[in-house]
Amino acid sequence: MTLFVLRRLLSFVLTLLATSVVVFAVLELLPGNAAQVILGETATPESIAAMEDKLGLNQPAATRYLSWMGGMLQGQTGLSISYDTPTAQLMAERMQVTLPLAVMAMGLTVALALALGIYAASQQNKAGDVGVMTLSQLGLALPNFWLAILLILLFAVHLEWVSAGGFPGWSEDDGGGVLEGVKALLLPAMALAAVQTAILTRVTRSAVLDTLREDFVRTARAKGLSRRQVLWGHVLRNAMIPVLTVMGLQFGNLITSAIVIENVFVLPGIGRLIFQAIANRDLIVVRDVVMLLAALVILINFCIDVLYAWIDPRLKAGHAG
Amino acid sequence: MVLLMVLCAVLSLFWSPYPVGDIDIPNKLASPSVAHWLGTDSLGRDIGSLLLVGSQNSLLVGFIAVGIGLGVGVPLGLLASALRGWVEELIMRASDFTFAFPALLSAIMLTAIYGPGLVVSIVAIGIFNIPVFARISRGAANAVWARDYTAAARAAGQGPLAITLTHVLPNIASVLIVQATIQFAIAILAEAALSYLGLGTQPPQPSWGRMLNEAQSQMFQAPMLAVYPGAAIALAVLGLNLLGDGLRDVLDPRLARQR
Repeated sequence: MTLFVLRRLLSFVLTLLATSVVVFAVLELLPGNAAQVILGETATPESIAAMEDKLGLNQPAATRYLSWMGGMLQGQTGLSISYDTPTAQLMAERMQVTLPLAVMAMGLTVALALALGIYAASQQNKAGDVGVMTLSQLGLALPNFWLAILLILLFAVHLEWVSAGGFPGWSEDDGGGVLEGVKALLLPAMALAAVQTAILTRVTRSAVLDTLREDFVRTARAKGLSRRQVLWGHVLRNAMIPVLTVMGLQFGNLITSAIVIENVFVLPGIGRLIFQAIANRDLIVVRDVVMLLAALVILINFCIDVLYAWIDPRLKAGHAG
Repeated sequence: MVLLMVLCAVLSLFWSPYPVGDIDIPNKLASPSVAHWLGTDSLGRDIGSLLLVGSQNSLLVGFIAVGIGLGVGVPLGLLASALRGWVEELIMRASDFTFAFPALLSAIMLTAIYGPGLVVSIVAIGIFNIPVFARISRGAANAVWARDYTAAARAAGQGPLAITLTHVLPNIASVLIVQATIQFAIAILAEAALSYLGLGTQPPQPSWGRMLNEAQSQMFQAPMLAVYPGAAIALAVLGLNLLGDGLRDVLDPRLARQR
């Protein structure tokens, strides 16, 4: 187990390093240079020189890479060009919206998908199963931002239950509050969760069905356990392995899909931040946000791998590759 | 459904009810009528025509993005499977790495640098397809390499390249075709999302994603504008997904029975 975790940890660190090099290199290979891109084509040579100086572009690339990485690790990040604030502070503020949104969406997804998937598996090829599968087929095809727009149309424009977008803030001093905040994130979370639920429902259903065919299930039934006891006591734990993998991938997906959904609902989250940074050519923010999101996704995959080993002892042997 | 979409795209190459550049401000936000079946948008353009021409865009993105994935990913996967050893390890680690990097994020980063546009978004989506096809073709090819007939071919003196072309590729083609339809659907969704954000297709070229973006600002006056383009995307994706399922059942009866 320890060996397995150590190997995973090593590959986690290596992936992070490789990602940081790629993110850094892509911005390094800009047509022209970063100062030029930030200031636009009309900038004077003097202002470009001043910006190059501010960005430290006259230092060698390796030095800049190291100071960037060192800064990211210590939370001492560069200043955003358009906000003139350290990017770490910006990202921390925006994460207060994105993270709760992603967690809410994931919670909805897991609750709905496990219930629907297990139900469909227990009803295999009966009406309930066919209904769930048809629904999930539809869910797979829906673009999440379209669903978001439809939700706004229904709940904000027609029924006028919630506002069409925006975020009141978590603290009551800003006119928001926990309840208000959750309310503002509810529609976005539903829009995010729909497609993921469709995927996870299908995975859960087929994982449960696969496990039901295993010999140990037959043994347990022969031992005299009821269908229900076998399902909850034996099948679910084993069926959770593929489900967990997909959940890990989905959490990463949720965080990046949030970029689109936050823009539909005008939520001041990390997605909105990167989108505005692109519009403002604020490459410092783009670089740091991309790195943060990529690191999050990689971290989640690492956690899932470790969890995986804990659930399935066979993987601890170390041939998991 | 897929056929319908292809027909729409082909039809729109020659004919659309109204030219898409046809701006008719007095007639803006018109309700569906005999003249404009689905009504008009905020500039008085015919929605039906925009949807028809927009289908070209989605098809183009799908074909090129899947083409990039197939063209680069499959050779890499086959190479990994034929040579094994460190080549396989290197290719698989590289594809793991690309996988870890979210597609939308890389597309956003590329557009931040090279400016928004159709070409940049297609390339970004295509890059994401490479590891998908590399993995699938390696996995399927490894299964073929384990079969007796490849061993027989090797014993008969055929080299790895010849075996790959004559035995491996034909045997994994069906898996690749099924995956291609699925990736096609994903590409359409991704392009729509990028265009919705204003990072994909640029005006005046119509695109389903951008139509949704424009529709959102008129949601209170003309809610139906936000319904049609999304429905077009959903139908296209649903069609492709069902086609993929159907093809899998036809091409690989073994899998069909398992499910």
